[in-house]
Amino acid sequence: MKYTEEHEWLRVEGDLVVVGITEHATEQLGDIVFVELPEEGTEVAKDDEVVVIESVKAASDILAPLDGEIVEVNDVLADNPSLVNDDPLNDGWFFKMKVEDLSVLDEYMDEAAYKAHIG
Amino acid sequence: MSDLKRTGLYDLHVDLGAKMVPFAGYEMPVQYPLGVMKEHLWTRENAGLFDVSHMGQVILRGEGVAAAFEALVPMDVQGVTEGRQRYGLFTNDEGGIRDDLMFANRGDHLFVVVNAACKDADIAYMRENLAGIEVEEISDRALVALQGPKAETAFQKIADVAAMKFMDVATVPSAFGDLWVSRSGYTGEDGFEISVANDQAEAFVRALLADDDVAAIGLGARDSLRLEAGLCLYGSDIDTTTTPVEADLKWAIQKARRVGDRAGGFPGADRILAEFENGAARARVGLLPDGRAPMRAHTMLFADEVGGEPIGEVTSGAFGPSINAPMSMGYVPAELSVEGTVIWGEVRGKRLPAKVTALPFRPSTYKR
Repeated sequence: MKYTEEHEWLRVEGDLVVVGITEHATEQLGDIVFVELPEEGTEVAKDDEVVVIESVKAASDILAPLDGEIVEVNDVLADNPSLVNDDPLNDGWFFKMKVEDLSVLDEYMDEAAYKAHIG
Repeated sequence: MSDLKRTGLYDLHVDLGAKMVPFAGYEMPVQYPLGVMKEHLWTRENAGLFDVSHMGQVILRGEGVAAAFEALVPMDVQGVTEGRQRYGLFTNDEGGIRDDLMFANRGDHLFVVVNAACKDADIAYMRENLAGIEVEEISDRALVALQGPKAETAFQKIADVAAMKFMDVATVPSAFGDLWVSRSGYTGEDGFEISVANDQAEAFVRALLADDDVAAIGLGARDSLRLEAGLCLYGSDIDTTTTPVEADLKWAIQKARRVGDRAGGFPGADRILAEFENGAARARVGLLPDGRAPMRAHTMLFADEVGGEPIGEVTSGAFGPSINAPMSMGYVPAELSVEGTVIWGEVRGKRLPAKVTALPFRPSTYKR
């Protein structure tokens, strides 16, 4: 598992990268009440705004961590956004991306570095 | 946060694991470990305990105090019988709202509760404008609210309050000294607001929290609870630029201040009474956005999906945990304020439909 400074996690599944947000992020956001996901098949560039999360406190954007294509989104979140709070690392995933070269993940933090990052 | 004040319950909040934030000059609990959503739902199902000690508690005393107070508010103050409370508004000369408040007839005095952010200004204003009336700020008492369907049962274990009805006020003896109790609140639930001596406040609140049905609730849930109940937040939904009629608060201005020998005589009476007769150009309405995305405060409103100038703005917006849907309040032109009208709010560059709806979003459950 890799982590971004924006508190996303990236997990490789076969040739896809699954993206979600960390428990730390959900704690900061509070209860999540709405998740807007991108269309499947969307081509995105790194740092594009791809997901909007609304918590009880505020709206936040999730940026695409990599260049690639969104091939699958977690539709369940539309009706049940609290899954992100309840199980951010598994059932609360946002989308799966196809990227050209998985080695681009190397630039991101591993778990130890992320833990140090959030202090 | 060195300039921020603390209430007498600060240590208790920290002990309970609250997340403290600056609010109206105080360090206040925005949420406890339960979290905003669960705190909201807990209050609707059980009983929620809120520290509202940051609000201003004021005693007005003197000959003819009720008549004198009527010069500052468009309410029938003299008609409030002893042991009863009423919602009030300080208006300004333009018909806007300086603050909203609660006032109660306590026999030999009026007891007034005003908003934290306005209290210094309100007290100075009352001292300046209530000739011959003593204006005493009560700074040695905490104020807490106990709200929800189980509030009465929980509170009755400590003080005899079961006979009180909505908007009754009483001084009730307890093991924590005399409690100044009103059966009211800011959640749409049955419940109480309780003034207790500072040196007894923590023990009193711990005694309430010892009941399994009572949980401490922060400002986050307080806001979603009051919004579901259709209640205005001063500084957001009402302020010096909104009149009571625009704000759909006509119900708060009793007939005795509109017709007869006590009609008018409060700041802004000309405009407010004219709007009462002829209607205001805009109105505060409830809005139910389609879908699940909240339309938050300052979302611009439009009459149509495409084009046109903004017609108004959302003044409060959040997700309503009990209605399981987003909800907003805002101002729209009078002709678009009819229930069922669809208007459009611009969220992240996209116009999303929202339906004008009656307030409250969720029926209130006061004990009448």
